[in-house]
Amino acid sequence: MNAPMVEAKALAKKIAVSNLEFYYGDSKALKSINLPLYEKKVTAFIGPSGCGKSTLLRIFNRIYDLYPRQRAEGEVLLDGKNILDPSVDVNLLRSRVGMVFQKPTPFPMSIYENIAFGLRLYEKLGRSEIDARVEAALSRAALWTEVKDKLNASGLSLSGGQQQRLCIARTIAVQPEVVLLDEPASALDPISTSKIEELIDELKADYTIAIVTHNMQQAARVSDYTAFMYLGELVEFDETSRIFTAPRDQRTQDYITGRFG
Amino acid sequence: MKQHTVTAFDEDLSALASAIATMGGLAEQLVAQSVQALLKSDPELAQQCITADKKIDELERQIEERAITIIARRQPMAQDLREIIAALRIATDLERVADLGKNIARRALAIDAQKFGQRLFVGIEHLSALGLEQMKLVLDSYAARDVAKAREVWAKDDDIDAVYTSLFRELLTYMMEDPRNIGMCTHLLFCAKNIERIGDHATNIAETICYLVTGEPFDEARQSSTTRLTQAEQA
Repeated sequence: MNAPMVEAKALAKKIAVSNLEFYYGDSKALKSINLPLYEKKVTAFIGPSGCGKSTLLRIFNRIYDLYPRQRAEGEVLLDGKNILDPSVDVNLLRSRVGMVFQKPTPFPMSIYENIAFGLRLYEKLGRSEIDARVEAALSRAALWTEVKDKLNASGLSLSGGQQQRLCIARTIAVQPEVVLLDEPASALDPISTSKIEELIDELKADYTIAIVTHNMQQAARVSDYTAFMYLGELVEFDETSRIFTAPRDQRTQDYITGRFG
Repeated sequence: MKQHTVTAFDEDLSALASAIATMGGLAEQLVAQSVQALLKSDPELAQQCITADKKIDELERQIEERAITIIARRQPMAQDLREIIAALRIATDLERVADLGKNIARRALAIDAQKFGQRLFVGIEHLSALGLEQMKLVLDSYAARDVAKAREVWAKDDDIDAVYTSLFRELLTYMMEDPRNIGMCTHLLFCAKNIERIGDHATNIAETICYLVTGEPFDEARQSSTTRLTQAEQA
């Protein structure tokens, strides 16, 4: 199947993917993907390893551009403009579409600088403005109270869960429109995981969120829409409540109930 | 149906389904025997029914516990989740069916129906045959996950309601004929009502089976049989 099943809903599409194909060299990793990311909703991508979900996520901010022999064909419209177009400024794109990775990736600098760095890159701000934005981002990422007295400590001195929230703070500090999360909680303990999930719930008031996760319960908990991918195809896309109670495709059913392969 | 990667999960689910089947069989038997106890004025059989109800209550408790454990341990999704929710719902309906049967057994102890001769019983016998047939059909439909059969149960509930309504009128006539019949007829009326309610539980189970298999809530909006019956009783 390719046509999204909930197309009829009158939700604004922040990102609209159509006939998207992706190649690693000669091998095709994504086959004719069509799917929307609705504005200010959380969309979860699930599927077995190698199904193309991370690949798809990496297209949304064109991070694949960093690697040779990787190319995308088709259309990915962000607010109606095709981001695959060569004329798109990828730095600007990445400031609008932020990304958080599976393993926390704080820069080897202070907590404060981890966030201020990106701000200085994109904007001309005074010291007090930067201070305010750093505090706002850390508060938003539910980290402020834990780090406010040690902003000059290294970002690497934080615990895994804190580092991940620091990365999220860094991502939202530049005020993106879309946040991509690639298994953001897979390396975290349950308490940190809950904090990240709580954060996702709060962030969706302002951002459009796409999350890749291997944890089905997590997808069921945090997302509004779920896409199930398999072997580079989008098998099923629907409201999360539907996917996890009565999916339409047998492959989705088998996967989420643990009957796969 | 494909197997789960974790085979213990399959075992959990099939144990749950077979517990429902056992409970269903026992409830069906209890209802059949309680009606026999009523019609044959057999206090011993009636007493057996009352005891059997305790066993069914215990089974319901076990099914509930099993279902909760599976949810806690396996976080079931989709069809598995529906399987467990359906088991919980069906167990509740079956427990109610057994209760209604037990009530009939209690009334069998309270009245000596033999004194009244057979003509009153024909209607009750007919009604209970219909009710038991519905129970059998719905349990078969659960065992086979057969939606068509479940819909059949649902459609046939009207027959039970119709027989109940005519029985109601008949008993009313006897009561008007001779006020000494009132006590006896009231007991029989309650028994008839219980059987009619058993039919309703069978349709509830049928609806649950449709949800279990299709994932959709039962679609046909139906006029509540209770409303229709009340109208008939008032007429």
